[in-house]
Amino acid sequence: MPSAIAANNLSKSYGQTKAVRGIDVTIEVGETVALLGPNGAGKSTTIDMILGLAEPDGGTISVLGGAPAHAIDAGAVGAMLQTGALIRDLNVRELVAMVASLYPAPLDVDETLKFTGLQDVADQRTQKLSGGQTQRVRFAVALVSNPELLVLDEPTVAMDVEGRHSFWNTMRSQAAGGKTVLFATHYLEEADAYADRAILMAHGRIVADGPPTEIRAMVGSRTIRATLPGVELGALGQLAGVSAAERRGEAVVLACSDSDAAIRALIAAYPDARDIEIAAAGLEEAFLQLTGDSSEAGDALSGMLAVEGT
Amino acid sequence: MNSDPAARVRARGGARAAGSLAYTRYELLRTFRNRRFFLLSLGFPLILFFVIAGPQRNVHDFANSGLPAPLYYMVGLISFGTMGAMLSCGARIASERAVGWNRQLRISPLSTRVYFRTKILTAYLMACLSIAALYISGAALGVSLPAEEWLKMTGLILIGLAPFGALGILIGHLLTPDSIGPAMGGGISLLALFGGTWFPITGHGFLAELARYIPSYWLVQAGHVALGGRAWDAKGWIVIVAWTLVLTALARRAYRRDTRRV
Repeated sequence: MPSAIAANNLSKSYGQTKAVRGIDVTIEVGETVALLGPNGAGKSTTIDMILGLAEPDGGTISVLGGAPAHAIDAGAVGAMLQTGALIRDLNVRELVAMVASLYPAPLDVDETLKFTGLQDVADQRTQKLSGGQTQRVRFAVALVSNPELLVLDEPTVAMDVEGRHSFWNTMRSQAAGGKTVLFATHYLEEADAYADRAILMAHGRIVADGPPTEIRAMVGSRTIRATLPGVELGALGQLAGVSAAERRGEAVVLACSDSDAAIRALIAAYPDARDIEIAAAGLEEAFLQLTGDSSEAGDALSGMLAVEGT
Repeated sequence: MNSDPAARVRARGGARAAGSLAYTRYELLRTFRNRRFFLLSLGFPLILFFVIAGPQRNVHDFANSGLPAPLYYMVGLISFGTMGAMLSCGARIASERAVGWNRQLRISPLSTRVYFRTKILTAYLMACLSIAALYISGAALGVSLPAEEWLKMTGLILIGLAPFGALGILIGHLLTPDSIGPAMGGGISLLALFGGTWFPITGHGFLAELARYIPSYWLVQAGHVALGGRAWDAKGWIVIVAWTLVLTALARRAYRRDTRRV
């Protein structure tokens, strides 16, 4: 069985800018993969090449065993692009039905509207929808095609909370049905929660590729947070297994290279420490380190704390 | 589910045919819900016709053209309205490009050919509506021709509209939805004027010679079937065909540049 997506030394430049620099990636049928990376990493260009919207300058890309255009023409690929509005003068049902009619084996239109929570606005003209509703319609359009491969570029941006919730529920059932799903996202917690595999891109290259747990483990750090007033940060920094210490009011946060050693040392030295939490570094932390956007453990720690604080 | 793309490609032939019919239906639905172009290609010419030709209904030889005034104006305003109908496909293309819907269609099985064919077909249907409405109005003001001549005239008009279909696709790729309205309005007015919509372009002056190279001139000339003989001489056919070929080539190039830019 051919791979869902197979890219070999794929590259593309726009003028002087090298958007994608020779990436190799294979995604098998049935995987749910998150594509992560900062702006300019090359995610959208890669997606454009997968969808046949852009021609590679070097290397090869195949989708479901053939050229992207071939898979597109066969109706095997459904996509939700990063930007785009809807054409007007049709109501929601008509728009979705129009797209469905282009595909060989589409889903039922009314069922799709129900999945995406659009049944209440089915008779509304597209120009009258809110931003969140518009985004849901764009998702319905991708879904109704009933494709083998679903590609979503920043799908939950501009979705309201309800929309996001129903989106991920729908995605789970799609993936369970054997579809291959590739989604690009900035919301790292979504990638963490819903993807079997995360591919991190930066500066046109792939910097990490594997299950989110593995990627987090690559970075290796954990943090210990405890309520411990009145203790010098210098002393804490000296504990075994601790690489950096920061104070937050009455609490301290320790970045650890070996959290097992650190927790033992902490409790031995400071038995008064309470409300102790040990947390694995989030995908965000891994992301920052691997994409080279942070230089020191201290910066990474602050970055991570800033995320946790939101 | 059959997950072999090759098998799906074979199966898609039948599905495609059905699909493009449904797509055309929705395209027509969208078009007829857009009131702006109805005003331009239907309402406006109808009103003008009655206002201008009404008082002149008994003029049997309008400005030495050999045609009665109502017939002359009927064909003139048909050319005005149908040019608008054909160019409106460009307006639809421009607005689809502006919202990125063209990219959404490119990642669907809809072929480029069907996309443009549907746009042209919709434009022609609007044009036919325009023609029918003005024929009825003309008859109301006393225009009467043998059936054969109605048909010949219609045929020439429809052929004469081909360059405008290509022009519509071209401007749809070059202009934005905001600029396309004024461009169309201004362009059609000029083409109508120099094509002889309001008064015949006669004589052998420079302007008169130039007019014979403008496709809208030949649209208006379609009315001359009523004089017997051929309404279009060789030059007419050459002008229409040449404009169609050139504009189609330009439109194709504009489309390719547009898709490469992503």
